[in-house]
Amino acid sequence: MGIHLYRIDDRLIHGQVVVGWGQPLNIGLLVLVDDLVASSDWEKELYRMAVPPEMEVRFVDVATGIRDHAKYAADPRPGLVLTGDISSMYRLVKGVKAIGSVNLGGIHHRAGRAEKLRYIYLTPDEEQQLRELEAAGVEVTAQDVPSARAVPLPEVLQGAAR
Amino acid sequence: MSDEAGSGPGQARAIVVGHGEFAGGLVSAVGQICGMADKLVVLSMMGMTPESIESTIREQLAQTGAHVIFTDLPAGSATIAARRIVKDTPGLVLVSGVNLATLLDFVFSSDASPTDAARAAAERGKASLIVVGR
Repeated sequence: MGIHLYRIDDRLIHGQVVVGWGQPLNIGLLVLVDDLVASSDWEKELYRMAVPPEMEVRFVDVATGIRDHAKYAADPRPGLVLTGDISSMYRLVKGVKAIGSVNLGGIHHRAGRAEKLRYIYLTPDEEQQLRELEAAGVEVTAQDVPSARAVPLPEVLQGAAR
Repeated sequence: MSDEAGSGPGQARAIVVGHGEFAGGLVSAVGQICGMADKLVVLSMMGMTPESIESTIREQLAQTGAHVIFTDLPAGSATIAARRIVKDTPGLVLVSGVNLATLLDFVFSSDASPTDAARAAAERGKASLIVVGR
């Protein structure tokens, strides 16, 4: 079935991911690519309890995510790959070289970040990484839930859709 | 058991937090039904990072002395944040999947400790989910 969505969301596993996208895409395999969570049994248990029973979750670090990406893509269940920040997705995309699109789902206010959309705030470095991804042929759009419009990266960076 | 958070008028005993306007809507319904909305603190987490959700809940717990957190979805980021707080806060209870019947039972249980009241209210909330029809 392949990976149906590559999403960046600083809330990691939460309602918009497992219900908002998980239900309409019929997601059966959720891969959370996060170095910190992958290294902590407590963090894994915390997020495992947020996953509905019909969905399998795997917690991997970025290096493992790159190594095992082909397995996730070959899984018979529709998959969703999730990172909590832009730099993890950036490393994943650069390492896998087969990811065609990235969804910006929630990157919220923090010191040094400027508002681009209601749910997207970026530092200059994060903007640069997203520009590099798009320059490398990856389609980057912002879309919090499936019913919303997918906002193309140039429009996101202009802050025009705020 | 004593009521650690106090049960006098105007003293909040629990924090209610959820997606969108869920918490505010539930608590306004409590106020309309029994006028005891002041037992509950409403938090909306819209547009917040996980860290700010957690710190906001911690601040409200410290300010109010509340010992109970009600959240909507087990998969919600408020629930994740609350579980982090429960881990390092003895005596604090989290109830996820809150509904109106749960909150109504909770605000009326002024004799029980907040944690006992939350456990009893959760049972009442479960029992309020009934399916009618064929």
